[in-house]
Amino acid sequence: MQATNILILILALGIFAFYIGRGRSLAMAKPLGGIRNLHSLPSYYGAYTALWCALPSTILLCLWMIFDEPLINSLVMGSISDQLADDSLATYNLQLNKISNIAEGILSSRGQSPELLIAADYMSRLQTMSQWSLTALMLCLTMAGLFLGSSKIDPAFRARPVVEKVMQNLLLACACLAIFTTLGIVLSVLFESLQFFRSVPAHEFIFGLEWSPQTAIREDQVGSSGSFGAVPLFVGTLLVSAVAMVVAVPIGLMSAIYLAEYASKSVRAVAKPTLEVLAGIPTVVYGFFAALTVAPFIRDLGTSFGLSVSSESALAAGGVMGIMIIPFISSLADDVITAVPQSMRDGSLAMGATHSETVRRVIIPAALPGIVGGIMLAVSRAIGETMIVVMAAGMAAKLTANPLESVTTVTVQIVTLLTGDQEFDSPKTLAAFALGLMLFTVTLLLNIFALHIVKKYREQYE
Amino acid sequence: MSKPMNNVQKIQHSLTKRKRAETRFRWYGRIAILIGLAAVMMLFTDIISKGHGAFRVTYIQLEVEYDQGLIGVTNLTDPAQLQDGNWGAIPKAALRAKFTDVSGRRDKRKLYGLLSNGAGFDLKDRLVANPLLLGEKERIWILADDDIDTYYKSWLDGEPYAARMSDKQMAWIDQLHNEGNIRLQFNSNLFTRGDSREPEQAGIRGAIMGSLFTLILTLLLSFPIGVSAAIYLEEFAPKNRWTDFIEVNINNLAAVPSIIFGLLGLAIFINFFHVPRSVPIVGGLVLTLMTLPTIIITSRAAIKSVPPSIREAALGMGASKYQMVLHHVLPLALPGMLTGAIIGMAQALGETAPLLMIGMVAFIVDIPAGFTDPATVLPVQIFLWADSPERAFIEKTSAAIMVLLSFLIVMNTTAVWLRKRLERRW
Amino acid sequence: MTKAATVAKKPKKAAGVKAKKVAVDQPLQVDEGEATVGQSFTDKAKMTMRNINVFYGDKQAIHDVSIDIAQNEVIAMIGPSGCGKSTFLRTLNRMNDTVEGCRVEGEICMDGENLYSPSLDVVELRARVGMVFQKPNPFPKSIYENVAYGPKIHGLADTRVDLDEIVENSLKKASLWEEVKERLHQPGTGLSGGQQQRLCIARAIAVSPEVILMDEPCSALDPIATAKIEELIEELSQNFTIAIVTHSMQQAARVSNRTAYFHLGKLVEVNPTEKVFTMPEHKLTEAYITGRFG
Repeated sequence: MQATNILILILALGIFAFYIGRGRSLAMAKPLGGIRNLHSLPSYYGAYTALWCALPSTILLCLWMIFDEPLINSLVMGSISDQLADDSLATYNLQLNKISNIAEGILSSRGQSPELLIAADYMSRLQTMSQWSLTALMLCLTMAGLFLGSSKIDPAFRARPVVEKVMQNLLLACACLAIFTTLGIVLSVLFESLQFFRSVPAHEFIFGLEWSPQTAIREDQVGSSGSFGAVPLFVGTLLVSAVAMVVAVPIGLMSAIYLAEYASKSVRAVAKPTLEVLAGIPTVVYGFFAALTVAPFIRDLGTSFGLSVSSESALAAGGVMGIMIIPFISSLADDVITAVPQSMRDGSLAMGATHSETVRRVIIPAALPGIVGGIMLAVSRAIGETMIVVMAAGMAAKLTANPLESVTTVTVQIVTLLTGDQEFDSPKTLAAFALGLMLFTVTLLLNIFALHIVKKYREQYE
Repeated sequence: MSKPMNNVQKIQHSLTKRKRAETRFRWYGRIAILIGLAAVMMLFTDIISKGHGAFRVTYIQLEVEYDQGLIGVTNLTDPAQLQDGNWGAIPKAALRAKFTDVSGRRDKRKLYGLLSNGAGFDLKDRLVANPLLLGEKERIWILADDDIDTYYKSWLDGEPYAARMSDKQMAWIDQLHNEGNIRLQFNSNLFTRGDSREPEQAGIRGAIMGSLFTLILTLLLSFPIGVSAAIYLEEFAPKNRWTDFIEVNINNLAAVPSIIFGLLGLAIFINFFHVPRSVPIVGGLVLTLMTLPTIIITSRAAIKSVPPSIREAALGMGASKYQMVLHHVLPLALPGMLTGAIIGMAQALGETAPLLMIGMVAFIVDIPAGFTDPATVLPVQIFLWADSPERAFIEKTSAAIMVLLSFLIVMNTTAVWLRKRLERRW
Repeated sequence: MTKAATVAKKPKKAAGVKAKKVAVDQPLQVDEGEATVGQSFTDKAKMTMRNINVFYGDKQAIHDVSIDIAQNEVIAMIGPSGCGKSTFLRTLNRMNDTVEGCRVEGEICMDGENLYSPSLDVVELRARVGMVFQKPNPFPKSIYENVAYGPKIHGLADTRVDLDEIVENSLKKASLWEEVKERLHQPGTGLSGGQQQRLCIARAIAVSPEVILMDEPCSALDPIATAKIEELIEELSQNFTIAIVTHSMQQAARVSNRTAYFHLGKLVEVNPTEKVFTMPEHKLTEAYITGRFG
């Protein structure tokens, strides 16, 4: 890839510039009687030169890579815009794909219309031009930076503060990436969702009782007959999560209590890491386990009791999800319980309370905010969990509270709507983003609230 | 003083019940732990019992003849001839030569079904590697079909699974077995080949390489960025609202469902920046964003654990803040940061959901050779195989899971070891 | 015993060095064989302790201590920090059980019943021997719930009215009632430090224990709160037997009938408080109360 090569080139030049700058400052220091007469250490002069050399060109490279392709595309499409059959987005994208495939030689040029061939030729010319001009520009820029940087070197020049200031801004930029990620999530999900809500009203989506997005495949049926009522998905998600919590909360909590309060050192040393193994297992493995082992087992068990259990029951998916969440709850609860000061235990034990009375009546109430926070984080995890339900829960949206039946969840629908070759702007794919928006909002609220509670709790016993 | 006596009696009265409650409570705890441990045991035994068979695969020994006329190839250096050669004819001829009494189209099809569909191409590769064999005969072990493999393994275990077998096929296998011409061999295909529709030919090398490229990119991006962010937040950030906002963002991102990152990747990287689908680059970018919070949080913890006295000592010597961080804090915090990075990578290695969104779920036969080749990753391969209807894929899936889990165990053990070995207690 | 002796050597040396600074001619040491001086034993003993040794793992914290605690007396235990007075106190209601690796040898009896016999129930023991800790440790519950905790777990109140009465009486005995009666259902952690400590005392007396152990109950409090607690101790001494550990000699002098002086895990002297502070029998006690070390 051309950009990678250029990047490596810039890096190499940057290192080169470092030595140039350092060497220059050393040479200047010699007649003055050693480097103590420089304002900053020689390596700072080197770093200063290297920054001048590499930083502007890297920034430009990134910008170039972002704007290069859209610009070329719009130029190419502009050149043939009058020949397009209609001005819908779909046609536009189709033609663009064809042209770029011809230009890259993926699609054979045999039998294509001459307009397309001309456009493809134009595109590959533009691409070559862009590559060359980019390379030339990069070389000029790095060299200019190198000279500018090294020319500024002077024994009195305060290189260290400048370099440190730049470094600090770079660090800040890295820290801000988290904000940009959140922003990116919000924007991408929100933008596509708004587009979706243009064809399907929001209230219909949030309160509608029927979910069958399949009908929207045919263009003429967009939004009108395909039903996008997400309530069955919400109910399914809640059902599976509820089953998961019923499994995970008592087991996770009780094992945390036992490990923190009763277990001997050796038991703790074995049981704690073993339980944490559960947290390290990829969800796809749980999904496989749920779909191939647990679900058939539950179905057979149900049949032997005369119950009809779906082979993709919410019980199987939720149960396995619960197992996955056990270590999450137990390690959070363990932290919280061990954070309860020993004086609370002593106070209760000195009153003649038994150990379990102390745990139930003093320690758990004292740790309650932390435990609740942990459980909320676990709920948010269960709601957002994808692979287990994709593999072990069903596809059909059913409005039921019976865990023996098959339900589908928000995440399952996002995956089914977005895998496969869908046209990106169909309501079907946009619906996935609307579901994503719901998922993100709910989990975000849960997380913020839970993290806030846990933080407050930690401060209480600091 | 009659009251205390009264109290003591009351307390003694309540004791039996309370003792019982105490014992009960202890047992709840023990049972909870036991359930957790049992789940670990069950999961592993289930996977291993399902998957251990996949490391061996059935081969059938036949006498093959590399007949020029039959294949239609005279010059092994001519690519066009190689391309058009009738390679499938070699194993078929060998089977007919072995079982001479088979006639009729149906029976013949059953007979050909003994061997893998790709057997001819395997022989082609062998021939190209040893051109002298052209026109010669040799006895050679040839890969059997997946149904035969499933049947033969279950038959050896004493519980034959014959759902997809005809009586004739079973008789042939009996015969081959009695002659010693059918056996299980180490399944090297599993580790040397890419995906395939034929279970017996499918391997995880493509997925492993895909995972490798994706992870390399993730590590290269997320470790420096994560450490830089952690350094900024711990050492330089002023205590103001902006910093708080960054912190809240990081903590929340760590808890955002992974599938949301897939949506982000789809909308931003693929639809906006037009990064090609299915390639390790886009997978690496998405996983970078996903693991970044983990790495930042663990790195911050590592930096925090460096005692302030060291910082003060460095600053007291007249070091600038950067020199202090670079010379003192970073080296001391590095083990903790590396541990965090390994944990983050293990998390990224096991992640599936966001990669489904960005097209890494495609069926890809070729083994990727770089960051821009279409690829899939190990967990996605597991997902794809788990979805396949062929029974032989169950075994394969479990085997792939075993490989994935071994990678994860190695990574996590390294992290624990690193922490124990290098981390200083202050 | 030899093991104990070798272990004991180390701290002894340290103390010797410390003491040398002030008294060059007369190094201060606990003599190996010397028994406790003063009046360790009484006729109307509530609790009797004989030859108590306490170990934390390999380290011996208490060496061969024998002492009686009389019915309805207030006995103060003083001594420099780390002398084992708190450890000793915690053996009296077996709170040391919660410390890992702690081992108690010897015989401790209350009303003739051995506290460390396997048949004794530690729950019952702790209901009869209450404890107040150094730092006020109210449970994160309401004031009412804090006091009602003991009676509830032990089943001492049959009705809500009984419970209300116990709570009120206990708070009154702890002279806290007037201050909190309007806000019984607000969290106990919202009280001031002195109030919290009195709440803990109220909590302890709510189960009507026979003995109350106090482990430096005023060390975390300001002088005014301390004065209130001291006043309270005096009132409580009419109904309860109290053993109090303190590092404040003035406090010991003010509240106790008898004072026991501990030094490096050994009980050096036990005597009526007045005698200890005016005419100490042992030279170590004298050195301590005259402020030569501590």
